[in-house]
Order: sequence, then structure tokens, then C-alpha cells
Amino acid sequence: MQNRLINWFKFSSPATFYPLAGRLAPIFWVVAVTLIAIGLYMSFFVAPVDYKQGDGYRIIFVHVPASWMSMFIYLIMAGWSAIGLTFNTRLSFMMAQALAPTGALFAFISLWTGSFWGKPMWGTWWVWDARITSELILLFLYLGYMALVAAIDDRRRADRAGAILLLVGVVNIPIIYFSVKWWNTLHQGATIRMNGQTSMDETMLLTMLIMALGFWAYSIAAAMVRVQSIILEREAGSTWAQDLIGERA
Amino acid sequence: MFETLAWIIRRDVTIALRRRTDVFTTLIFFVIVISLFPLGVGPDLDTLRLIAPGVVWVGALLASMLALEQLFLADHRDGTLEQILLAPQPLSLLVIGKVIAHWLITGLPLVIMAPVLGLQYDLSGEALLVMLWSLLLGTPTLSLLGAIAAALTLGLRAGGVLVALLVLPLYIPVLIFGAGAVEATTSGLGGGAHLSLLGAILLLALLGTPLATAAALRVSSE
Repeated sequence: MQNRLINWFKFSSPATFYPLAGRLAPIFWVVAVTLIAIGLYMSFFVAPVDYKQGDGYRIIFVHVPASWMSMFIYLIMAGWSAIGLTFNTRLSFMMAQALAPTGALFAFISLWTGSFWGKPMWGTWWVWDARITSELILLFLYLGYMALVAAIDDRRRADRAGAILLLVGVVNIPIIYFSVKWWNTLHQGATIRMNGQTSMDETMLLTMLIMALGFWAYSIAAAMVRVQSIILEREAGSTWAQDLIGERA
Repeated sequence: MFETLAWIIRRDVTIALRRRTDVFTTLIFFVIVISLFPLGVGPDLDTLRLIAPGVVWVGALLASMLALEQLFLADHRDGTLEQILLAPQPLSLLVIGKVIAHWLITGLPLVIMAPVLGLQYDLSGEALLVMLWSLLLGTPTLSLLGAIAAALTLGLRAGGVLVALLVLPLYIPVLIFGAGAVEATTSGLGGGAHLSLLGAILLLALLGTPLATAAALRVSSE
């Protein structure tokens, strides 16, 4: 109790972060499973039937949180990259790399569920709507990042090259989004609007928030597990990692 | 400082003119890709007129992407790039010089060739002029953005394919406004707004991308 100051950089070292990630992962798994279970139950049985869209609308409880997460995760990855390039911390790059597959997964889920929603509602699997197109481009950006990092053998270079790409991407995202939006409106006008309904039932909103929090917890848990393997893989030669492997064996 | 800029442009252009096949490969690729579309879609002039802006722009995108690998590779192999990195002038300025030279060699021929190809698609004179302008404003942006990807993938095994994956999503705004300008002209709306946006993107790219390319070059040649 003498020293209340927190050392913010304590966990920036892979050696100290590894056990922390190991302790955090199970907690977030439990939170994620609980919240997603509650959210799914509510979205199927509690949330009222939409007067216009019937039961088909229920897929948005997965779709909307997945889209949110896909965008957030890209921003967080860019944030980690900026931190990594500024403070020269290896762990930041590892966090960005640990998050990438989850972000790509959510972008894919968002497109997939959107397509399932579009077939009964719009009568087509795919529409060149501004949001759908931007989400597709976001998926491409994730894939490009992962391909670049995987293609470079030198870890240090891979970290930095990936970070630069993420920062370039984050600057470009608004430009891409607006260009796609203007392209869309210039082309065909507003034939389909996703923000048609102005008010939303409170239970629906609550369900969506629970699902979003569940997806947050899942992303953190998955990133923790993944960052642990990245750390072990990279630090395999170091003393603490050898000790750890020795203890387990 | 600007002497160095002029020097690096002159040097790169001279080298390229001594190896002319490299220049022509890009141009011929562009011509072939655009000539293939009527064979696939059919010779109906109404359809062709409709798809012409998109086809020419996608062709320009692919051609400029193919040429990117040449941007730093030769200098990287013979060690010139390390000297450029050590030079007292700011690296981003030298990068601009290299990109300008690259555009003069691979971009400008496409711009000049495009109206001729547009004739194959029965575009009107006005539309051809707008297409020329849109390419003139758009292709330098492609070279600037592409330079980042070229620098990031410098010397990698899968460099060529990887460049495509990195750079094509970033090219999308240029494609939209470039092809949009021509389309707006043919549909009677006027392409002025699109051209202004292309110009704005070019200015932004000119400001931002050399810094990113310089950072990427330092990372890649550590």
C-alpha cells in the first residue's frame, strides 16, 4: 500500500504480459459466452416481432454488432501500430497482429449475415450499397494486412511494415467510405435505405447492446489467446520462455 | 534541394529510356486488356459506350499496378537505394522525384493512349477530353499510393501479388471518381465535380504518401 503509483509500462514487456494474458483470457471467455448466450436468447424469444420485417429481422442482432466490431478492431489495430511505432514496443505490434484475424472474421460475418438478411428483405443476396461496399473493402484491407505480415520473414520488418500499412489504411478509410457513398448516390439514388426505421424498440436495443458487449469480450479473449501464442513463438529463445516450457514439461 | 529532385527525375527517365521494353510492356498490357473487353462483352456499340469509362480506368489501374514493382527494385538491387537513404536531402522529396519519373515513364503513355482506345468504344469527343483529364489527374495519385505498397513489399518473394492485394483497395476512390467523371459527361451531367475531387485527392496524396513511402523504405531496407 506504500506505492500507489501504477507502472504503466510494466505490462508492455512480453514476459510480464504473457501470464496476465493467460489470467485474463478465461475471464473474458466466461463473460463472452454468458453475454452471447443471454443476447441470443433475448434476440430469439424476448425481442418483439418487427411489424414490417417479421422474424427475419432478428439476424441484425448478430449483424450490427459484428459490423461495429469489424470497424472498431481496425481502429484499435491502427492505435496499437501508432503506439508501437512511437514507443518502439514489440508487444503493441503483437497485439495488432493478434486482433487482425478476429477483425477479418467479424467483417466476413457482417457481410454474410447481411446477405442472409438481404435475400428475404430486398430479394437479392448482394446490393452495391455504400455500407456493404465499404465493409467489403474493409475485409480486403484486413486480408492485405495479414498477407503482408505473413509474407515478411524478418519479424521486426513485418511489425513495422504492417503498422505503416494500418496507418495508411486508417487515413484512407474515410476517403474510401465517402467516395463509395457519393458513387452510390450519384449512380442510382437512394433506392434502399438501411436507416429506414426511425425508432427502435427498447428491448431490441438492449439485446443489440448485450450482443455487442459479448462480441467485445469474445474479441478480447480471442486476442489474448492469440497474443500468447505469438509471444511464445517469438520469444521461444528467451530464458523466461524456456523456463515456462520447462515448468510445463 | 530541388536540384536533387530534378536530378533524380532526369536519372530515372534516362535509365528507363535506355531499357525501352519495360516502358512498352506496361503500355501494351493496357492496350491489350482494353481490347479484350469487346471480345468478351460483344461488339454492340451501345453496351461498349456504357462500359468504356470503367474498362479504361480498370485497365489503367491494373497497368499502373503492374509497373509498381519496377519503382524501387533496380535501385534496391544495385545498392543505389541505400545511397538515396543516406542522402542529406529529405527522403520524402527524393521519393516524390522517383514517383514523378515513374509516372512519366509508365503513367503518361497510358494517358496519351487512352483517347485512342476510347475511340474503339465510340466515345464522343467531349467524353474523350474528360477522360484525358481524369487520367491526367488520377494516374499520378495511383503512382503515389502505389509507391507505399512498392516500398513495403520491397524484395519480398511474393512481391507482385502482394502489391495487388495492398494497393487495389486504396485505389478505389480514384477509380470511382475517374470513371465517374467520364460517365457523368456522357450522361450530360458534366464531369467537373468529379475532376475537382480527383484533383483534391491528388493534392492530399502528394502531401501524405511521400512520408509514408519514406517510412516504409526505411523499414524495408534496415
